[in-house]
Amino acid sequence: MIPYLMSISAAFAELADDLRFVFIEKDRYQQIITGFFNTLKITAGALLVGVIIGIFIAAVRTSFDKNKESMKLRGGPGYVLLGILNAVCKVYLTVIRGTPVVVQLMIAYFVIFAASDNGVLVGIFAFGINSGAYVAEIFRAGIMSVENGQFEAGRSLGFSYLQTMRYIIVPQMFKAVLPTLCNEFIALLKETSVAGYVGVIDLTKAGNVIAGRTFNYFIPLFAVAIIYLCMVMLLSWGVSRLERRLRKSDR
Amino acid sequence: MKKSFKIISVVLALVLVIGCFAACQKDDKTKEPQKEVLVMATNAEFPPYEYREGDAVTGIDAEIAQLIADKLGMELKIEDVAFESIIPGVQSGKYDFGMAGMTVTEDRLKDVIFSDSYATGVQVVIIKEDSDIASLDDVAGKKIGVQTNTTGDIYATDDYGEENIVRYENGAVAVQALLNGKVDCVVIDNEPAKSYVAANEGLKILETEYMVEDYAICFAKDNTELKDKVNTALNELIDDGSVQKIIDKYIKA
Repeated sequence: MIPYLMSISAAFAELADDLRFVFIEKDRYQQIITGFFNTLKITAGALLVGVIIGIFIAAVRTSFDKNKESMKLRGGPGYVLLGILNAVCKVYLTVIRGTPVVVQLMIAYFVIFAASDNGVLVGIFAFGINSGAYVAEIFRAGIMSVENGQFEAGRSLGFSYLQTMRYIIVPQMFKAVLPTLCNEFIALLKETSVAGYVGVIDLTKAGNVIAGRTFNYFIPLFAVAIIYLCMVMLLSWGVSRLERRLRKSDR
Repeated sequence: MKKSFKIISVVLALVLVIGCFAACQKDDKTKEPQKEVLVMATNAEFPPYEYREGDAVTGIDAEIAQLIADKLGMELKIEDVAFESIIPGVQSGKYDFGMAGMTVTEDRLKDVIFSDSYATGVQVVIIKEDSDIASLDDVAGKKIGVQTNTTGDIYATDDYGEENIVRYENGAVAVQALLNGKVDCVVIDNEPAKSYVAANEGLKILETEYMVEDYAICFAKDNTELKDKVNTALNELIDDGSVQKIIDKYIKA
């Protein structure tokens, strides 16, 4: 029993020694802190950009799908305008979903914003544009999943198309898409781990840099993994609370 | 019927002959004493020291290693792995030694032992032709692009501070960032630097060298026996000029 305990305590002492060498020496833990905040900044910013783009595109695509028959009959510039917007959105979805996010990020950094040296901002832009495409399809799926009868009921009560959307469809849609949306946010958080490609010290890059300096891969990579895990757990906990609150009206 | 008999007999005869050859080969192999295999770990993304030509790893390190293996009467086997995996792999005994344009540093000496140096690497600073950086002193406070975890990265971080370093995945990306004005200079090895400057207009290498470092071969800490053998062979090769000949072949002054 006692030798066991001794070897365990020796292992812990060694681990503590390694931890000290990996994180404390030369203040290497600061890399992790910088990386953590950069990951957070990029994710939060991209989330915002993505949701805004997503709402806009989902609105265009569903409005066109739901109204094209009646607008075509009515004629006028509205149909043409919405048709063009719809086509543009479709191209955007195809291109963004059809290319890897790392490539998009590199293009944003070296071509579109060639003059900017703020990698975090470029990251927010690139990941936001990328996430927007997925969020748009999630919202669209949500809107389409609400029964058509709800629409008809709204319209027959005298609501305009936008009012029907605002008061009847979107509240139901939001509840339905929340789990999928949470999925997308989690994916986005983890996707930002390629931000290191454009010179940003994000969480993954920080772990990588420390590992490269200390030749210890185990500790920094596990530390990074644990931090990501905690962030995702916190995020899904928040979303599930929100979900519960929204479901209160169900009963 | 007769025809098919003919065909079958020819096939059978062929099988017999081939079988005989195969057996002969086997005999040959067992007769010759098996050479001991010497496993070298490298990262073949660092021309001209090591890079891939077709399917084989070649370059200065690969050729010197081959000469050393010949001297020791061993068979050389080169494993191409990530640069970061070389030292852990050598420590664990997966590879006998690591040779990848590797600089001797304090941190690395904690984990491995090094042979004598066989070549020197020079770290230089690439700048734009119209840059206001005229000497190493001017680099302080400027944004410095580096390749993540290379010695250039490590030394520049120590010398100029974390906040001034921008780390890229490879040298080409760092140079692209310099061209775009995202960084003010790039610290990188002299040899790749020359190719980058040749390939892109408007770039030049700062005349003063940033750092001169010694490249050496690394071994597991307890493997002093192999280290001593390699050192002896290496010094013979340095003395008779073979090492210099290989370096001159790849690096034209």
